[in-house]
Amino acid sequence: MTESQEWTTVIQPKDKLWSVDFKELWGYRDLYTLFIKRNIITQYKQTILGTMWFVIQPILTVLMYMVVFGGIAGIATDGIPQPLFYLAGTCMWQYFSDCLSKTSNTFVTNSGLFGKVYFPRLIVPVANVTSNLLRFGIQLGLFVVVYIVYSIIGCPASMNWYALLFPVLVLMMAGLSLGFGILISSMTTKYRDLQILFTFILQLWMYATPIVYPLSLVKGKTAAGIDLYTVMHLNPVTPVLETFKYGVLGAGEFIGWGWLAYSFVFMVILLIFGVVIFNKTQKSFMDTV
Amino acid sequence: MSTAIEFNNISKQYRLGLVSTRTLNHDLKRWWTVNVLRKEDPYLKIGEVNDRATKGESEYVWALRDISFKVEQGDVVGIIGRNGAGKSTLLKILSKVTGPTTGTIRARGRIGSLLEVGTGFHQEMTGRENIFLNGAILGMTKSEIARKLDEIVDFSGCERYIDTPVKRYSSGMSVRLGFAVAAFLDPEILVVDEVLAVGDAEFQKKAIGKMQDVSRSEGRTVLFVSHNMVSIQQLCHTGLLLKNGMIETSGPISDVVNIYLSNIKTVNDYNRHGNGAVKTTDFKTSATRVDVGHDIEVDFDIEAYQHVDILEAEIEIKDSNGQNLANISNTDAGTLIKPMEKGEKRHFHCLIKNINFAPGNYTANIWLGSPYATYDKVEDCIRFNVIQTEEFILRPIPYYSSYRVILQSEWDI
Repeated sequence: MTESQEWTTVIQPKDKLWSVDFKELWGYRDLYTLFIKRNIITQYKQTILGTMWFVIQPILTVLMYMVVFGGIAGIATDGIPQPLFYLAGTCMWQYFSDCLSKTSNTFVTNSGLFGKVYFPRLIVPVANVTSNLLRFGIQLGLFVVVYIVYSIIGCPASMNWYALLFPVLVLMMAGLSLGFGILISSMTTKYRDLQILFTFILQLWMYATPIVYPLSLVKGKTAAGIDLYTVMHLNPVTPVLETFKYGVLGAGEFIGWGWLAYSFVFMVILLIFGVVIFNKTQKSFMDTV
Repeated sequence: MSTAIEFNNISKQYRLGLVSTRTLNHDLKRWWTVNVLRKEDPYLKIGEVNDRATKGESEYVWALRDISFKVEQGDVVGIIGRNGAGKSTLLKILSKVTGPTTGTIRARGRIGSLLEVGTGFHQEMTGRENIFLNGAILGMTKSEIARKLDEIVDFSGCERYIDTPVKRYSSGMSVRLGFAVAAFLDPEILVVDEVLAVGDAEFQKKAIGKMQDVSRSEGRTVLFVSHNMVSIQQLCHTGLLLKNGMIETSGPISDVVNIYLSNIKTVNDYNRHGNGAVKTTDFKTSATRVDVGHDIEVDFDIEAYQHVDILEAEIEIKDSNGQNLANISNTDAGTLIKPMEKGEKRHFHCLIKNINFAPGNYTANIWLGSPYATYDKVEDCIRFNVIQTEEFILRPIPYYSSYRVILQSEWDI
């Protein structure tokens, strides 16, 4: 055995580009579950309504959409009852945006912890994305209740086989929000400008995703000579949302396997890229945060 | 015994001041030079020695500079130095909290670090929940913590509150709980920053006792930072003294502590007066103990705050009663000092030969001035002890303390 092989830890200024130590991550799996537990326990401590807020928030949002987009603007909902249509979009989008806004300031909010002890930093955003699933699940439960109520009183919404894609769709939402989140968190440690810009972008992003309107509404519409229908497909969140709404509600038409695959590949590349940048940042961020 | 940790030219550069467009400018320039022109980082060349008290020219300082040393397996090393000497930075790099700017560290075995007690405690969670969370953050597994839970709770002395949220704890109690978790870590290499100074006197005693147990257990390598010289001497075998980011000295702990204690005061800690035209900024003596008849060396740095044509330096030696004994001047030695411009810095070295004072304690002032004015006089900043040896004093009893000097003599009898 040579001298260099005996060393178990080597600390140096720069690592290889891809330096994710999966063995190390696995060693910290208990920390991952404990972080999830912490996130859940502490979320609504000392509020009277507690987890009821998970349900109240989407209800209020949907009511607002019904008034503003359904009522005042009169935007069609593909023949689906407005509460169901908006709720489907809101649940999915809420999960995405919650994960994204939480993971996008991983370094800044955890600087106190990160400055004092080392553990694979990636655990924190991954745990955030996982613990947000609880909230998503409760909101999905609300959706199911509303869905059942509507099926009893009779409505044109009809579930089809594409609904079986649901677990994959959630995984894609989680992957996309994690990828964007860790990328943004790495870029905002030193210059916080991006963070301010980002809250604004997140708002715009929601309107660029078919949530308060069906994708079919955009067909044939152009802005400044650009075909909006195609451009909207490029938003990686669009195929996920559209597939969900089509599978569960039968709203509109299936976006196509091609676009779904595009979204998936987008997610994979984004995650790889995000993890590389994130790992690069975690080494030096304490000096700049 | 084999080497447990090896530090190779570890340096760490920090940028001072605020993040602004100026930093963006530097970042872009650095990126351009390193990635496009494929040259060395331009800002790595311009760092200054990190002395917190003096005003520097550069925005970049070296918190650590070329630190190289080895730690043997099973050794307990105390790292000491004044505030800002780089102790915590060194531990942070070793704990992988931040990366070094240059250099490498190699280590054998798992490194556990304790830079703060109760890291990651959540105020809303109970003591028990926090033990698990904190333990996992420090690198323990759930089953490991569950196995040690009773011991941890017992050591912390917070049993009654263990199912109460930590926000209801007194600050001392949460610190006790935090330390208790960390005390039951068992990596091969343990890194501990100044955390022993927590809790009340009783708990501190308990904590130091626990650390002694930890460091004595087989093969464990421990690195300690502390300002408490008593506990550091109790715990450690080897000492490492850092000054301005560089290793001042290393060796057996008692020697290192003595050197540190004799260097601890800075030039600003002494009585001084004068018009301030030229000032002593730093000084050092070669030894604090000198045998009768031997030499002592004084090094000092001076800086001119205005232009001076005439400058003389003197070292004024007094005995322990304050009686003036010797006035050592550069003029007498025939070494004249050239005029100094404003802002100019110089380094003086003075060799004082054949100290033939009676055994005892002596102090000396450093005086800078001209025949017309005193620029700066730092009082009693040099201290040394003259020791009686048989080289000059053969009488079997101590030299009479009422006589101040010793003159060598030759007898014809």
